[in-house]
Amino acid sequence: MSEVPSDLKYTTAHEWVRVEDDAVVTIGITDHAQAQLGDLVFVEVPEAGSSLGAGDAAAVVESVKAASDVYAPVAGEVVGANEQLDENPELVNNDPFGEGWIYQLRVENPDALDELMSAADYEAFAESEED
Amino acid sequence: MTELIFDHSHPGRSNDAQMLPPGPEPDDLPEALRRAERPRWPEVSELQAVRHYTRLSQLNFSIDTHVYPLGSCTMKHNPRACNALAMLPGFLERHPLAPPQAGQGYLACMYDLQNILAEVTGMRGVSLAPAAGAQGEFAGVSMIRAYHDARGDTGRREILVPDAAHGTNPASASMCGYQARELPTDDEGDVDLDALREAVGPQTAGIMLTNPSTVGVFERNIEEMATIVHEAGGLLYYDGANLNAILGKVRPGDMGFDVIHLNLHKTFSTPHGGGGPGAGPVGVRENLLPFLPTPMVGEEDGRYIWRTEAECPDTIGRMTAFAGNAGVLLRAYVYIRMLGRRGMQRVAEYATLNANYLMTQLREAGFEVAFPKRRASHEFIVTLKSEHDRFGISAMDFAKRMLDYGFHAPTMYFPLLVPECLLIEPTETEAKEDLDRLVEVFKTIRDEAESNPELLRTAPHTLPLRRLDEVRAARDLHLRWWPEDSAPATGTEG
Amino acid sequence: MPFIPHTETDVRGMLDAIGVDDIDGLFDEIAGGLRAGELEGVPEGMPEMAVNRLMERRAAQEGRPLCFLGAGAYPHHIPQAIWQLTTRGEFYSAYTPYQAEASQGTLQVTYEFQSMMAELTGMEVSNASLYDGGSALAEAILMAVRGNRKAKSKRVIVPRAVHPHYRDATRTIVRNQGIELVALDFDPKTGTTPLEQLDAVLGDDPVAAVVIPQPNFFGRLEDVDALTDRAHERGAQVIAVANPTALALLTPPGQWGEKGVDVVVGEGQPLGIPLSAGGPYVGFLCTRKNLARQMPGRVVGRTVDADGKTGYVMTLRAREQDIRRSKATSNICTNQGLMVTAATLYMSIMGPEGFERVARHSHANARALRDELCAIDGVSAAFDGPFFHEFVLRIDGRAVTDVLGDLAGEDILGGLALAPYYDELGDALLVCATELHGEDERKAFAEALARAVA
Repeated sequence: MSEVPSDLKYTTAHEWVRVEDDAVVTIGITDHAQAQLGDLVFVEVPEAGSSLGAGDAAAVVESVKAASDVYAPVAGEVVGANEQLDENPELVNNDPFGEGWIYQLRVENPDALDELMSAADYEAFAESEED
Repeated sequence: MTELIFDHSHPGRSNDAQMLPPGPEPDDLPEALRRAERPRWPEVSELQAVRHYTRLSQLNFSIDTHVYPLGSCTMKHNPRACNALAMLPGFLERHPLAPPQAGQGYLACMYDLQNILAEVTGMRGVSLAPAAGAQGEFAGVSMIRAYHDARGDTGRREILVPDAAHGTNPASASMCGYQARELPTDDEGDVDLDALREAVGPQTAGIMLTNPSTVGVFERNIEEMATIVHEAGGLLYYDGANLNAILGKVRPGDMGFDVIHLNLHKTFSTPHGGGGPGAGPVGVRENLLPFLPTPMVGEEDGRYIWRTEAECPDTIGRMTAFAGNAGVLLRAYVYIRMLGRRGMQRVAEYATLNANYLMTQLREAGFEVAFPKRRASHEFIVTLKSEHDRFGISAMDFAKRMLDYGFHAPTMYFPLLVPECLLIEPTETEAKEDLDRLVEVFKTIRDEAESNPELLRTAPHTLPLRRLDEVRAARDLHLRWWPEDSAPATGTEG
Repeated sequence: MPFIPHTETDVRGMLDAIGVDDIDGLFDEIAGGLRAGELEGVPEGMPEMAVNRLMERRAAQEGRPLCFLGAGAYPHHIPQAIWQLTTRGEFYSAYTPYQAEASQGTLQVTYEFQSMMAELTGMEVSNASLYDGGSALAEAILMAVRGNRKAKSKRVIVPRAVHPHYRDATRTIVRNQGIELVALDFDPKTGTTPLEQLDAVLGDDPVAAVVIPQPNFFGRLEDVDALTDRAHERGAQVIAVANPTALALLTPPGQWGEKGVDVVVGEGQPLGIPLSAGGPYVGFLCTRKNLARQMPGRVVGRTVDADGKTGYVMTLRAREQDIRRSKATSNICTNQGLMVTAATLYMSIMGPEGFERVARHSHANARALRDELCAIDGVSAAFDGPFFHEFVLRIDGRAVTDVLGDLAGEDILGGLALAPYYDELGDALLVCATELHGEDERKAFAEALARAVA
């Protein structure tokens, strides 16, 4: 089983969410998701300032065989994106929970974050999907 | 590696046999609009060009050189008569805007072709305008939309597609402003009827289906599906990608379809040409006739005429500037006239015979097929999941090794719902002994997978190039040649 | 059995192996009621010899008229080598190059095509073809609306001096995506699109893209620099619709105005592809590198194999329908690959010098023809100003359709009557000349036209 850091929250679309200060969260895709996609060749990040509803497509990750949307786990405003991914999409493969982060969101309603999965729940979820 | 044509270029070299005299200076053209520098095209002799492109051609697998069992693509023999007769000077020199009275021969062929395609599909009218299958799909869904809109029934926003559908189906639905909604496939390869009943409603514009489906079996519940969709007010769209399996045996019109497209470059043996041109005629039932794309060929007092927007005010319009891929249509027409009505049915019969024989032999040899309880249509799916688990090789590795044995690979990883799958379509034009050879190659490669899986993982070995790095191609884009002195710095190259 | 190799012994052996009695048994999953009866509307099959006769007779009915029709499809000399090589089985009967290792021929040809088209148009990248010029314009408009998110607009300005069939095809293709096509009039004196008119149509609302033809449908040259700059000032993308032969003489769209255009499309038929009743032709689409991911259709890129040797693959695949499905940049799958091969051969064999001479002669013959025809009483030029290889004539005293009928009687296709497309132009005729229309051909036309209008 791939890495699932315990200090993060997770979604059923295989995104991870790190709660920073000031109602800002950092979002990326999980180790499991990057392994499924294979070598990424392009990441389209959202523009700062755009506002997203929960479940809206925010970013796109592309490998040579697949393209997937990365969704907003909760509603909020985009406050930053990982510009490094433009030249180095492989950061998502090499360090999905670190340098491979995708974008940051200022969350509209921090309570909504409680709905997300814990590491243990996500691990169980990802395993059940395998079958 | 093979050089580019640009590498053969020498400044000042020219083909004087093709060269006109210099010609007068275009001194009436304003200086501001004049080109300052010529395009940096190669300057080569005719022989250099002929040799270069002949050599390049030899790097291709093709039907003329290899067995090409590419599922869902119907790679069958392209008879040479079709090409030669479509390239008679009278046809080649015909201008698309030449008036009908300037020449009736081409229009006569197109008029016949419209009627024959309508008859063999059970449709009421046919337009030959769409330039390829995807354009045919787009035209078909546009007609569905025009039909609903004309009735003021504008709330229908969804097109249903099976989860195993070709990607063009949802893409075409999107281009018509519709949402595609997926339907699951059941264990035996049919669309899940309960899911269909659940999905239809006042929002349903229609459903897009191939039959036989993309998993290589005939959709047995088609009549019931037609009833469910029609009762909900939706229309049925037939994707003709797999028509080769049932040509002349079962007509889409009789199955309840309202609109269809055909891929002439599949079923009617026009060439694939390394990616095109194709032709994607559309056919409709009575209720959609007014919406067919223009132009079409009509007949009036024994003369053939064009029918355009003036005669067809409700048409969805033109698909291209002129009348579609005319030369492809002519090739299909020649093929059809050689086959005739019985020959068309034989296409389906022998395509099905070849597929079922090959499937039987591969099962006998121990390969797992995806839908073992079902007859194959003109194609079937082998899953290499067991070989993958046992030997650590993928369907891709297996396919690449086939190239070493002189067989083009089957379609891989489509449809997505079967793991490690190969979709195999032998077509009716392959002889039994070639199918037997294919079975032997499958066995050999499986033995190799067991004894030396690395051989597969690093295949191909006998072609001019080994496996190509697609990831690098996509990360570091090089989409064109640049002259040495003007190549942009690495990483910014176009 | 035509194109089916099976002997009776083969069939028996195969059926036994499958375990069915006859071929019909293979269709036993299909309900009996669905089986087709006799296909009465399909004729009986014919041997190749008989089909030869039929097709030769029909081709002969077409005659081989002297053709002065252009309007988007242009007769040019095609070197013999081109179609001899293009119809080699290895090009002709290959599939789309998904298996790159077994398709290096097609892939490298396409890469060379992309390179030559980018050079011709002055752009950074090209795709691997679209169906034709008309549908390429529609795809360019969809691409521009996608790519110009800043404009937050789906308004696209399309001059009436763009080929009317291109405008029709575009309407068909984009109409269900909420895109608004706004017409832009031409000056009735010059037949070109005036800057003031563009300003008037631009108004104050945002615009996603402006289309600029060069030459335009009337053969006239547009003030492309000013139009391009104005559109860019207003935040619109610029889509050029260009004739490739004309670009041998004219500024490539990549250099129009201050910044060059954003997308160039056009019809590649003049590059070695026969008229063939309207197809198959080849639409081209070139753009800037930063818009490459918005392009529709296939693109070939250079890479290396496992040993580090140079090779070619289809790339930017995740834009395409088989991967992106309903979110693809276009539904296009099959393109015009074989026509790409022909065009690449044409550009290689003609070379920059030979190609420029084709353009010079086409232009010079068109100028001479216009002067010769305008010397006839009742025939005059409809528009002032320079043109490339097409021009519009006005006919006084006789209906254009009657004139064209008389000319057809003398085996001459004298051009396209414009009234069905542009009512305001009245008895106007669009005429084309290329390198094929030397003194003899022009003389035959001028004499016949003089008789027809007399």
